[in-house]
Amino acid sequence: MKIHEYQGKEIFKKYNVPVPNGILVNKKSEAAAAAKKLGTPVVVVKGQIHAGGRGKGGGVKLAKSPTEAEKLAGKIIGMNLVTHQTGPEGKLVKKVLIEEGMEIVKELYVGILVDRQTSQIMIMASEAGGMEIEEVAEKTPEKIIQEQVDPVVGVKPYLARKLAFGLNLEGEVLKKAIPFFINLYDCFVKEDLAMLEINPLIITGDNRLLALDAKIDIDDNAMYRHKDTAEYRDLDEEDPLEVDATNHHLNYVKLDGNIACMVNGAGLAMATMDIIKHSGGEPANFLDVGGGANEEMIENGFRILLSDPNVKAVLVNIFGGILRCDILANGVVAAARKLKIKVPVVIRMEGTNMEQGLQILEESGLNFIVANGMKDAARKVVKAIK
Amino acid sequence: MSILVDEKTRLLVQGITGREGQFHTEQAMKYGTNVVAGVTPGKGGQKVLEKIPVFNSVKDAVKKTKANASVIFVPPPFAADAILESADSGVELIICITEGIPTYDMVEVFKYVKNSSSRLVGPNCPGVISPGKCKIGIMPAHIHKKGNVGIVSRSGTLTYETVGQLTAMGVGQSTCVGIGGDPIIGTRFIDVLELFQKDRGTKAIAMIGEIGGSAEEEAADYIKKHVTKPVVGFIAGQTAPPGRRMGHAGAIISGGQGTAEEKMKIMKKAGIKVVKSPADIGKTLVNNM
Repeated sequence: MKIHEYQGKEIFKKYNVPVPNGILVNKKSEAAAAAKKLGTPVVVVKGQIHAGGRGKGGGVKLAKSPTEAEKLAGKIIGMNLVTHQTGPEGKLVKKVLIEEGMEIVKELYVGILVDRQTSQIMIMASEAGGMEIEEVAEKTPEKIIQEQVDPVVGVKPYLARKLAFGLNLEGEVLKKAIPFFINLYDCFVKEDLAMLEINPLIITGDNRLLALDAKIDIDDNAMYRHKDTAEYRDLDEEDPLEVDATNHHLNYVKLDGNIACMVNGAGLAMATMDIIKHSGGEPANFLDVGGGANEEMIENGFRILLSDPNVKAVLVNIFGGILRCDILANGVVAAARKLKIKVPVVIRMEGTNMEQGLQILEESGLNFIVANGMKDAARKVVKAIK
Repeated sequence: MSILVDEKTRLLVQGITGREGQFHTEQAMKYGTNVVAGVTPGKGGQKVLEKIPVFNSVKDAVKKTKANASVIFVPPPFAADAILESADSGVELIICITEGIPTYDMVEVFKYVKNSSSRLVGPNCPGVISPGKCKIGIMPAHIHKKGNVGIVSRSGTLTYETVGQLTAMGVGQSTCVGIGGDPIIGTRFIDVLELFQKDRGTKAIAMIGEIGGSAEEEAADYIKKHVTKPVVGFIAGQTAPPGRRMGHAGAIISGGQGTAEEKMKIMKKAGIKVVKSPADIGKTLVNNM
């Protein structure tokens, strides 16, 4: 689950990871007072959306007075912020974080993630802060240092020193970096983060080390033990159809095509999208109804698929294991009747109770197109929209 | 022959008294799997399905029944603990079906299991079946047929799809291993490929991967160096958008890494017969045997 920068910084504070002072503002009219309260000659007005690249998109601005802060907040709140991560449609900014201006001497990068190759947590750091880390990795990989963390030991001072020396820190900043890395790792583990990125991590003129940004992704599987951070979820940042699907225990990702698909199992669902494409069509979504789908879930699945106005046909591809084909067929028939489905529906099913399933479809008197195998199904659904 | 599970497997079921645990225990027994014990803490002394004794701990169960494999049907908050308990009790093979275990729990579990004598398959996997011998997991039994194709896959239903295609052509399977769709899993492609290469009962291998991570790339390198048997490969998610998690926790293209295109290219270079369409996996296997 992605969260906003201001929420990430709230989490950092709990773990004594230093961040600049800042005040969250929902309305233009609150901005001047916030800037005054911060009291620095310059404040930064930062639009809060989940995507990165906000600065380049015009969502982060410097203000030299409370009046200017108010003016800028007015511009940013309500703007449609387009960055390389939002896609061309952009994201509506609803809140800004007003933060004290900092005298930046150097910009660094720190990221923590789960390294799949070693199945351990890895800390990445670089002196080349303020740039896209992917770009640094591509052009100057030698500027990125990586340290694996043994889960039994965690981050101890020696490892923190290794990172700090690797960043060429010295003097007072070096001393401050040791607890910084220890606390940051502690935060990552205790909050069950999937990814943490501070870009930039800054060194100030008065030798402080501060997280100027906070990009955090929390492990969805661990949300059950984090009731407090679960409240950070911002539904405005998610696709409404995807939220609807999650509420019904369905796994849905909207895409740009016009052939919807409903499948059991993530791998088969991806493979179904692939075969639609190979057959000359464009998949409209990924939808995994899971192994334990019931009639109600299938009906909700159809309702969600058909709420996408681009959808011209539906392909149902089920390999029945635990999910029996007769249950699926009943679900499809019920959904077709209730939702008065007008677009062609191609059904391919195999596995447990396939015969009964086919019989149910046939006896329904509804106009389904039954397919034999994945290839046939993809061909039929592509043909149905031509 | 087969790998990992066979007639000698003595299975214990962790979470046997739950709905899923009990249902799949019954299915496994019907298939002929030798289920010797169940474990549900606090329910020791009971019997499930009339004859399977339930124990409070894995240690008790292993001591009394000589179980050498365990399957886990325990909800996500308790599943990591269940794996650790089995590893601590010296169970040789631990198969974890549970989906949704927090990643950090698996970081700890991975390290512990690596330093133990146990092998972990999963989590978030359908299990392992050696057709005609032993079934451990949630896969539909009837689609399988005894034979000599080995299947290793990150996806459950896509494994069934492959099995279905093969069986329909009259080609059977030695062992089908679902290694799971999570970012951290106990057994990877390489581990299973090594076993299939050594197994005299396996003549050809299907390797089914998906977007995310670099396990397929590592496997391709291994195959180039060590595997002489024909391997057919497929990668799901060729049309998946970057940055989006496609159902499985591990199926995500992040920072341009883990795309299907890149994986397929590297696999092809390693001599794997890579098919673009999932409908061609079975056919291509048969043509290359």
